[in-house]
Amino acid sequence: MAYVALADKDHEQHLHDPQSFISKYIWSQDHKVIAVQYSLTAIAIGMVALVLSLMMRLQLGFPDTFSFITPDEYYQAITLHGMIMVIYLLTALLLGGFGNYLIPLMVGARDMVFPFMNMLSYWVYLLSVLVLCASFFVSGGPTGAGWTLYPPQAVLPGTPGIGGGIVLMLVSLVLFIVAFTMGGLNYVTTVLQARCRGMTLMRMPLSVWGIFVATILGLLAFPALLVTGIMLLLDAVLGTSFFMPAILSMGEQTKTAGGSPILFQHLFWFFGHPEVYIVALPAFGVISDLVSVHARKNIFGYRMMVWAILAIGGISFIVWAHHMYVSGMNPYFGFFFATTTLIIAIPTALKIYNWVLTLWRGDIRMTVPMFFVIGFIFTFINGGLTGLFLGNVAVDIPLSDTYFVVGHFHMVMGVSPILVIFGAIYHWYPKITGRMLNDTMGKIHFWLTLFGTYAIYLPMHYLGIQGLPRRYYAMGDTSFLDESTQAMNAGISVAALFVAVVQLLFLFNLFWSLFKGKRAEKNPWKATTLEWQTPDNPPVHGNWGPELPVVHRWAYDYSVPGAARDYIPQTMAPEDVPRADDSYHGEEGEHQ
Amino acid sequence: MSFFRKVTSKPWEHAGELEGIHGDFQPVSTASRTGLVMFLAVVSSMFLLFIVSYYTRMQSADWEVLKDPRILWFNTLVLVLASVAMQMASNLSKRDKPGRASLYLVGGTVLTLVFIAGQVAAWEQLLVAGYYAASNPANAFFYLFTGLHALHLVGGIWFLVRLGIKLRQHDYVQAKQNVALCATYWHYLLLVWLVLFALLLRT
Repeated sequence: MAYVALADKDHEQHLHDPQSFISKYIWSQDHKVIAVQYSLTAIAIGMVALVLSLMMRLQLGFPDTFSFITPDEYYQAITLHGMIMVIYLLTALLLGGFGNYLIPLMVGARDMVFPFMNMLSYWVYLLSVLVLCASFFVSGGPTGAGWTLYPPQAVLPGTPGIGGGIVLMLVSLVLFIVAFTMGGLNYVTTVLQARCRGMTLMRMPLSVWGIFVATILGLLAFPALLVTGIMLLLDAVLGTSFFMPAILSMGEQTKTAGGSPILFQHLFWFFGHPEVYIVALPAFGVISDLVSVHARKNIFGYRMMVWAILAIGGISFIVWAHHMYVSGMNPYFGFFFATTTLIIAIPTALKIYNWVLTLWRGDIRMTVPMFFVIGFIFTFINGGLTGLFLGNVAVDIPLSDTYFVVGHFHMVMGVSPILVIFGAIYHWYPKITGRMLNDTMGKIHFWLTLFGTYAIYLPMHYLGIQGLPRRYYAMGDTSFLDESTQAMNAGISVAALFVAVVQLLFLFNLFWSLFKGKRAEKNPWKATTLEWQTPDNPPVHGNWGPELPVVHRWAYDYSVPGAARDYIPQTMAPEDVPRADDSYHGEEGEHQ
Repeated sequence: MSFFRKVTSKPWEHAGELEGIHGDFQPVSTASRTGLVMFLAVVSSMFLLFIVSYYTRMQSADWEVLKDPRILWFNTLVLVLASVAMQMASNLSKRDKPGRASLYLVGGTVLTLVFIAGQVAAWEQLLVAGYYAASNPANAFFYLFTGLHALHLVGGIWFLVRLGIKLRQHDYVQAKQNVALCATYWHYLLLVWLVLFALLLRT
């Protein structure tokens, strides 16, 4: 038997056809609905984090002006902003949202292999978000320990939210990890076991490769956060000393002794660094597909791109301590991690070259997704290059506690993935809703967001080199800082407010186009990949109608010499491809 | 077909091929087994990191070796028997003897419950003797390891109950596969316990 794909055995794939509104949109087991649920929840909580960042910027830009922002609230805003953006927005949106939507459609499956567990994954994720939100309402408010929650200060008096705040934060993280594990097992197993006929691993679009490898990273790295979360929770609640040393707090000796805060840092960053790539790899994959579709050219170096994803995934587990150069580590240890950090830049740079080479002499369509692709490549190079500075111990130590770091990681981990997410939403919105997003609003949104974010983060590099310390509520009279520092800080804050307001245009576009947007064709971008070949647009439950698709070619047959059209869908057999010299005069899209 | 051969193939060639390296797709196992193997990788990662933390924390001067309760030996024997029972159930269900397989499944469940009760008894003995979690990190790790391990067994029992329902509904095709998966899970948790127990005994 040459072919026994699970996806083809309909009797094994229980599809749980929705019977009512509730089973269709609320307790849904359909991967597409779950994807939308994940995305909307992530965007909603992301908006909370955005507002928190504005609070911080108001304080930094205009100190002594807003009496409602106290030092405690400032630290709470920092903590929640970081945690929400990294975990509850980016991870959830890229894997729970895009992963859920794209994997079954791109590999030709009817749904995820464990639909019930998939549904459960979303609801536990929502619960984790609600628990996190609950911490705003407990006595003492949410934790203000910084997004890395370093002990000992995370659980000691003096830090905001040491009562219910830190406990709810940790419980919420544990719940998130449970939710991620349930989703992640689904994504990996679906890719491995439910591909349609002809869809070999090397015929998969790079979006699926990125999400697939990122999920494996997540499955292996999130346990590190779970372990730290559980032990810190016990330190906070039961008074154990996993991480808590003997320490004088408020003039009194604590009951804890012997615990190692450095152990916490190692465990946290053993999760924390792969986390960067859990976010980056899906973004890399999506960009590869977007660049190829909108430049009408096959992706340059497909195999290299796959190998680079695998290499980055592997190496990302041995670079974690570059976040800890200032923790007093052995210099040889620092040397090792500086070396691995520079090595991981090689496959990453290779990917950037390949995107640029795909654009080279392509038939570039200046669509909104293409704008975001180019914006991403630019920004990622910026963020990546400053990463090379910070990867070196000798350069990192003076810069580590300054705004240089804030500028670097917001370029590489904030703006870059967000640009990809925007590009991806503009690209796949017609598939999800059946309508196009408004083009003009999209272009305005792009340019204002791009220039706005650069106005925020580029000056931060300069401020960092000047020595402006990060994490501070107010600078006061700091003699070594130039007077221009405060003016620049105020400028950054104005830019931040501006960028936040621009996002309302995007939200308006999402909502407006849902009802008033131009109706989308089945395959508006003339793409080759399977999700654009569904019989219905948007795809209905089960995705493919009575017959599963059969894949005859890889995902990047664009501008193939001799073919009549500039794309050949993956489902098209060689004998069906219209030739340029044939008497083929059909309309574009006739064969969809 | 090796993974290396797969990822070095040139996908842009041989359009239209549905057999061989360019089109063939033959899963080596079922989706459930793949899911289980991935889950066990996640659990292994978690326990491994706990063990690393244990060794790191042991270096501190305040570490006081905990004298492990003797009942743990009895518990270990019970868990070995539970694992054997699960394997017997798996073998019997493969030979299409669902009735006898069910008996062994019930036996395995009871033995697992006895194991968990035994672990609770060990906790109680330690608490009565004054070994609280907060008084020493060795105690805290003991409660953490045993608690998390037992929690995984409880999760396994939940799946066993669902399996029992399938057997009662005479859904033997699905049940046969799930019995084998449960046996794998039990063997794995036995292995984890043996590693943890050895660690606790040695240190």
